[in-house]
Amino acid sequence: MSRRVQQPAMETSPPDLQDEDVLSGAGEGDEVMEEVEEQEGYTSSTPTSSLTWISWFCSLPGHDYFCEVAEDFIEDDFNLTGLNSMVPFWKEAMEMVLDVEPDEDSAKIIPDVSLVEASAELLYGLVHQRYILTRAGLQAMAEKYEAGVFGSCPRVYCMSCNVVPCGRSDLPGVDTVKLYCPNCNDIYIPPSSRFQGVDGAFFGTTFAHLFFQSYRELLPAPFWKPPSSSGSLSPSRSPRSVTGSNSSQGTTPFVNPNPHGGQKRAAGKVYVARIYGFKVNERAKCGPRMQWMRLRPESPEELDYVDWRGRWIDDEDDQYDDDEDGEAEEDRHMEDFDPDPAADDDDDDEEEEEEEEDVRGSRRGLEGVQADAYGRPQPPSGGSRVKVVRQLVSV
Amino acid sequence: MLRHAVEDASTGSDSDYSNSWISWFLSSKGNEYFCEVEEDYILDRFNLTGLNTEVEHYVQALDLITDNLDDEYLEELRGSLDIQARLLYGLIHARWIVTARGLQKMLEKYKKADFGRCPRVLCLSQPLLPVGLTDVPYEKSVKLYCGRCEDLYSPKSSRHGSIDGAYFGTSFPHLLFLVYPSLIPPKSGPSDLGRPPAANSAEEAAARRRVRQREELADGSGEGLGEGISTAAVALRADRYRPRIFGFQVNEIAKLQRWQEAVRDRQVARLEALENPP
Repeated sequence: MSRRVQQPAMETSPPDLQDEDVLSGAGEGDEVMEEVEEQEGYTSSTPTSSLTWISWFCSLPGHDYFCEVAEDFIEDDFNLTGLNSMVPFWKEAMEMVLDVEPDEDSAKIIPDVSLVEASAELLYGLVHQRYILTRAGLQAMAEKYEAGVFGSCPRVYCMSCNVVPCGRSDLPGVDTVKLYCPNCNDIYIPPSSRFQGVDGAFFGTTFAHLFFQSYRELLPAPFWKPPSSSGSLSPSRSPRSVTGSNSSQGTTPFVNPNPHGGQKRAAGKVYVARIYGFKVNERAKCGPRMQWMRLRPESPEELDYVDWRGRWIDDEDDQYDDDEDGEAEEDRHMEDFDPDPAADDDDDDEEEEEEEEDVRGSRRGLEGVQADAYGRPQPPSGGSRVKVVRQLVSV
Repeated sequence: MLRHAVEDASTGSDSDYSNSWISWFLSSKGNEYFCEVEEDYILDRFNLTGLNTEVEHYVQALDLITDNLDDEYLEELRGSLDIQARLLYGLIHARWIVTARGLQKMLEKYKKADFGRCPRVLCLSQPLLPVGLTDVPYEKSVKLYCGRCEDLYSPKSSRHGSIDGAYFGTSFPHLLFLVYPSLIPPKSGPSDLGRPPAANSAEEAAARRRVRQREELADGSGEGLGEGISTAAVALRADRYRPRIFGFQVNEIAKLQRWQEAVRDRQVARLEALENPP
């Protein structure tokens, strides 16, 4: 059924031209005689006939995140594979989305137009999920992204990094749309309740990440170096400035050595809780526990200090072991653990993998390196800094 | 808008003398984050030490917020005095909410989620607490602190986004959790205040065991009984969002997340070693 509807569009002019034909009411696309009737049927189903259903749908309040799916994408059956089993009143929904006048006989069968409207919305949403993964769809969403249509990250230290819509499931009816921030790699609830009715599946789980893989200049890099204490405005304070535009701030253009990674300077500051100006020590019950989640290494190489299982690679630990100063060791009860780095090599044994995570963790940690205020491994020279942190009062 | 507010204030106090300046201030739109500072606290000049240099027309502003201002001054200074009174109230408020009674008042508001809820999806609508980034007025607007992800968020509404952060101070939320350690939110599970979270089947067995221990200890512990709580390993329970493309993790992000989790594991190990000296 649906195929019959699509035929004229596929064989004649591009959809946008076709619409103009329709709106002028002339039915000029009559190169092929059998299709004249259906051509004339192309009128908008919405009251304001100057709009197509798609642009009307996208202009509804709460539908700001949707981009307009090209009609020829919807008309290509291949792109709809599998959807007809998910959408009730498939044919009618297709007709509504594509602004085709419904058949006389089918109109009687439908008990309620609102049912078709819901189906049309579902159909459009699911097609939209697929469309925004195509080159044209990504392009359309990139324009919306740069215009800030999706809003910015509510996290203070993401410095208003723009976000993209994202679903938590690819199946409809599971969860509403969320917003993904590429800077903190986290998802947020849209600030306005009008998005509470938008299904996350209409954007899908893949789009947000494929988007940033496709537009790497918009993706913040995974490492961040705190700006030097020269007092100048740090580059991270202007997250919108893309690579290369930093020259005004007197810094070198930002380069991520990983060509497949993010090419934008990240906003890497992490919040540190303070009471009367003193950092809350991690030894306190209410001490910081979650800074790791927002932390970035200072250089891209540091990412390689952790192996694929999420463990620190030995060499690094040993190196830091040597530089560890006595005072830090003292309060870590180092003497009860074998300080000999050679005893550590069992970490690479496959048998050890079964070992409980926490046991492994504690051994790692104790042999582990100096850490700065965030628990970030410090270069050897950072030892003195650690002492300072350790001495801070846990109020 | 300010003028409207001032008129409201004057008409309010004219028509209804039971309405104090403070209750008018608290009930006006946009001031939902503030709690009531007890009059005794304001009247004790010791608590106001140093504020006279911060606030112009200090004496009149103080009289205004304690409803002791002569009408002649009210006519004379109106607009500017209202601003100064707000500033003074805000600065007193910042000091008040870190006192025992102030913490309690803010705690009630926290339990009602008057400060909003965390926008982070995996924080499961954890109630937030207001915090400033500086204690100096006119520098930074108020931010919201989530005790679950321990991060800062901007208020959703611009009404709240324009409140001075110094009216809450940098210490308040952290002091609250220091005083009431049993109120430190769980890192996963429902955000129901004070109630221990249900065990999440998806968690690592080791993490679950640790947290269960913690919960047993936390159960029935009120104020001052937080000694038994261990928060060393709570970070292991935190849920993370894992970006995926067609089901596959994104390389660079996965790498960063592994690194972050290694930092976390190291901290957990460090803290556990401190708690259980061999």
